[in-house]
This record gives sequence, structure tokens and C-alpha cells, in this order.
Amino acid sequence: MTARSEAPAVGIVTAQRVRTGPTFRARYLIPAIYIVGLLLPIYWLLNMSFKTTNEILGSFTLWPQNFTLENYEKIFIDPTWYMGYVNSLTYVVINTVLSVSVALPAAYAFSRYRFLGDKHLFFWLLTNRMAPPAVFALPFLQLYSAVGLFDTPWAVALAHTLFNIPLAVWILEGFMSGVPKELDETAYVDGYSFWRFFFRIFMPTIAAGIGVACFFCFMFSWVELLLAKTLTSVEAKPIAATMTRTASTSGYELGLLAAAGSLTLIPGAFVIYFVRNYIAKGFALGRV
Amino acid sequence: MNKVVNQKAWFFVLPVVLLVAFNAIIPLMTVVNFSVQETFGDNVFFWAGLQWFEDVLNSERFHAALLRSLLFTGLVLLIEIPLGLIIALSMPRRGPWVSVCLVLMALPLLIPWNVVGAMWNIMALPDIGLLGRGINALGIEYNYTRQPFGAWFTVILMDVWHWTSLVVLLCYAGLVSIPDAYYQAAKFDGARPWAVFRYIQLPKLKYVLTIAILLRFMDSFMIYTEVVVLTGGGPGNATTFLSIDLVKAALGQFDLGPAAAMSLIYFLIILLLSWLFYTLMMRNEAR
Repeated sequence: MTARSEAPAVGIVTAQRVRTGPTFRARYLIPAIYIVGLLLPIYWLLNMSFKTTNEILGSFTLWPQNFTLENYEKIFIDPTWYMGYVNSLTYVVINTVLSVSVALPAAYAFSRYRFLGDKHLFFWLLTNRMAPPAVFALPFLQLYSAVGLFDTPWAVALAHTLFNIPLAVWILEGFMSGVPKELDETAYVDGYSFWRFFFRIFMPTIAAGIGVACFFCFMFSWVELLLAKTLTSVEAKPIAATMTRTASTSGYELGLLAAAGSLTLIPGAFVIYFVRNYIAKGFALGRV
Repeated sequence: MNKVVNQKAWFFVLPVVLLVAFNAIIPLMTVVNFSVQETFGDNVFFWAGLQWFEDVLNSERFHAALLRSLLFTGLVLLIEIPLGLIIALSMPRRGPWVSVCLVLMALPLLIPWNVVGAMWNIMALPDIGLLGRGINALGIEYNYTRQPFGAWFTVILMDVWHWTSLVVLLCYAGLVSIPDAYYQAAKFDGARPWAVFRYIQLPKLKYVLTIAILLRFMDSFMIYTEVVVLTGGGPGNATTFLSIDLVKAALGQFDLGPAAAMSLIYFLIILLLSWLFYTLMMRNEAR
């Protein structure tokens, strides 16, 4: 133990030789402290959400003295609140399904074939990932009003494809390029048609990549607010917009705001669980 | 991988091209359209040429916002990249704790951006927030709604909290892809930890670090929602970054011409950088 705790900062060699039981290394303190730091604001949010307004404004307490579920109750009773979650999840799911299903064949084309303008096309797609939503907010409002989709989940779902499709194509292309081409050729020799090969063999092979791409589309659509808020008014108002409007109109109901915020953590935590083993590779866009 | 030339591949990319073109080209043309015209309402437009571009490029307001955005991005990169790298290097490589670490670290990335702002608002309030109360208890006067320095400190701390994990996850992905044989060879040669880092880990991390730096550059340069919720661009204009200024001009004051010209200049800056990004990546991939 004494000798091991002095392991060098990059002690991977020792890490694989010593497999007997959990050992403590001083360097693990760094990620541990970092994670505690990450959790503090989240704890504070949860803490606030279980307090009464009087307690929040009247005193400074590290944990709720009068534990209450009143704030959550309000959200689950009032349709303007809980419909916000339903609306958000609706456009996020539409967007994820749409983005990944059109990105799949495109990513296959980019990873397997050369065609006229392929490199330029790929770069053009990427530039849209880099486009600041602030630039597109107003034109989008006009465009989607003109086609009659304003204030529907479809408007937000379609608008979010602007940055999610390029991302999905990029991630899937990374994962697909890791699959040897011999797989395709063997399947054709065995008499598979293209689409049968694609659905029966190829898609299961890159299932992890598809999962990661879905995760990222879900993530970026779920966290975006500027476009979602601009493209909706009443019917399809996302939860994030409900929150900002409450904060500005009916005074500062911090407890309610904290409860609504805490509930937005759940979908993220839920989807992250499914991709936990691929998340690191996914963030490297499938190219490591 | 040697690819086959096949022009029919265009059919596979067609749905993507159509959808993205609908979303990208029509709005972009709208912006271009506004940027060269003058309007007094009622949908009557006059040709204004490059006047708006000149106005924007010469305006103090634009310079100030651009400078603030660049400063913010620079500071964020200076803090997040080394910090993320250090955390990734000191994480365990295998074992049951890896998944736990990764999931907890990724959590901030999945919180809606306005909630991030609201969360830090609650956290940093001088009277009821943990952070605000804590700093004031140390005897340092801190109120981010009044002091420009306090506001900057809070905004940067928030961004570090929000996005360092992205750098950690990227670097971690790069680190686990290094085969054990490399480390064993280094051990035979009696390499010191610094040498292992400099000659084995850093070269392997070059690619993921490129992605990390450029993703963080783009996203911090575009930051909007979190800051608006936290400080509203204030106190005064202290934290009014380019995107905030742009939305104020376009949706708040409906100064369509100048806002459109500003959008295009802003977009061109980002485009230039993404081209740099792409070239670097492709060169890396070609190797």
C-alpha cells in the first residue's frame, strides 16, 4: 500500500500488474474532487426544490428544514407546466428519429464511396454544425411561419436538424469507417441485396454507433433553447421556455423554478445510462 | 480505406442535402437579403449596398462585443483544456468506477442550457446561494449582478463547470485507445512519467485535443442562453457577448439590416475557423 500510493502520475503499468483488490492512488483524488465540484450546483438545485418559498428567502440552510413536495405538486397539476415537458420530449424524439434515419444512408455513402463533390459536401454539412443559432433565429421564424409550421413540434424538430444531421452523419461515418469493407463484399457474394444487407447485417454491426448518434441528437436537441423558444408560442411551448417566462412574469418563484429545473435532469440521466459504455468513444465522434 | 467511385451514392445523401439545404440555405439567403437593404416597415425595402457592413465593422458596439467574445473564449480554452487533460490523465483506466465517473461527468452536458444558467443563478446569489454566501463569508465582497468582475468570474466558472467534462471525455477516449504494449516498452526503457506523457500519450492525444479545442472554440464563441439567464449580458454591457448583442439587435430592436450584416460577419469568422478545423482533421486522418 505504501509503495503503491507513490505510483507515478501516469501509473498505468502498475495499474495492470496489480490486480489484487481495490487500491487507493493519490491521483484519483483529482477526478473525485472534480466530480464533487460538478455535483455541488446540482445538489443546491435539488435542495432549493424541496424548500418552501419562505425558507428560501428567509434563511440560509444547507438542507431543507421543512421538507416539502409542494413545488413538484404544482408542476404535475398545472398543464402549462407538465405539457412543457411533453412538448419538449415530442420535438426531441421527432428530431432524433428523423436525423438518424436520414443520416444513416448518407454516412454509408461517405464512408464507402467516392462521388462528385463528396469532400465539399461533407465540409458544407459541417459548417452547419458551426452555425450560431443566434444567426438563424429570425430567418427561421419567418420561414416556419411561411410554411405554416410555427408553434408546432415539427418546426423545432426540423430546425434542430440543422445541427443534428451533420453531427449524426459525422459520428456514424466515423463508426462505419471502422467496419472493414470485406463485410459488405462477403454479403454481396452470399447473395444479399443491398437493403437486406444494410438492415440485417450492417446496422446490427454498428448498433453502438447508432446508439451514440441517437444520444447526441437527443442531447443537443434537449439542451437547445434559443430556436425552440423562438419557433413556439403557446401550443408547443417547451419546458425551458415555460421556465424563463415564469421567472420573468410572476416574480421570482425560486422553489418552483428549481423543481422544474431538477425535473429536466431526468431525461438526460436516463439516456446517458444506455450509452455509458460507448460515451467516451462517442464524444471522440467514433474515430478513436 | 480505398473507396470506390460511385455516383449513385448521391441518392443516399440526397435526403440529408434536401433537409439541411431547406434549413440552411433559405434562412441564410434571408439574412443576405436583409443585409443589403434598408426598410422603414410595411415590407418596403430599398437597396442599401454594403452600408450596413461598413456601419457594423466601424461601430464601437460591435468591436466591444467581439473583444468580449474573444476574451471569454480565450480564457475558457486556457482553463478547460489543461484541466480536462489533467483529470483525464488521473482517471482510472479500468474497473467498475470508470462507468460511474463517466456518467457523473457527462451529467452537466445534458442539462438544458437555460437550466444551467438558472442553476448558477441560484448557486451564486450573494444572500441565498452556496457559492455567493461562501465567497462573502471569506470576507471577499462578491455580487455578480453588480460587479463586472464578479459577473465574469461567475460566467467563466459556469462554463468550466458545464463543459470541462467534454474535454475530459475526449481525452479519456484517446488515452484508452493506447495499447498496453506502448507502456510496457516505455517501462523497459526506464522512461520517466514525463517522458511517457510527452512521447506516448501526447502524440496519441493530438487528434482528440484538436477536436476538443475547436469544439470548445466554436461553442464558447456562440454562447448565448446560459449567460442571458445568468447575467442578462450585464451588469451594464459587461457580459454582452456577440450572440447576445446580435439577438438584442435582431429580435429586440428589429434593426434587421445591421443585425443581418452582423450575423454574416459573425458567421464568416466561425466559418473560417471551421475550415481550419476541417483541414487539420483531414490532414490527421490522411496520416
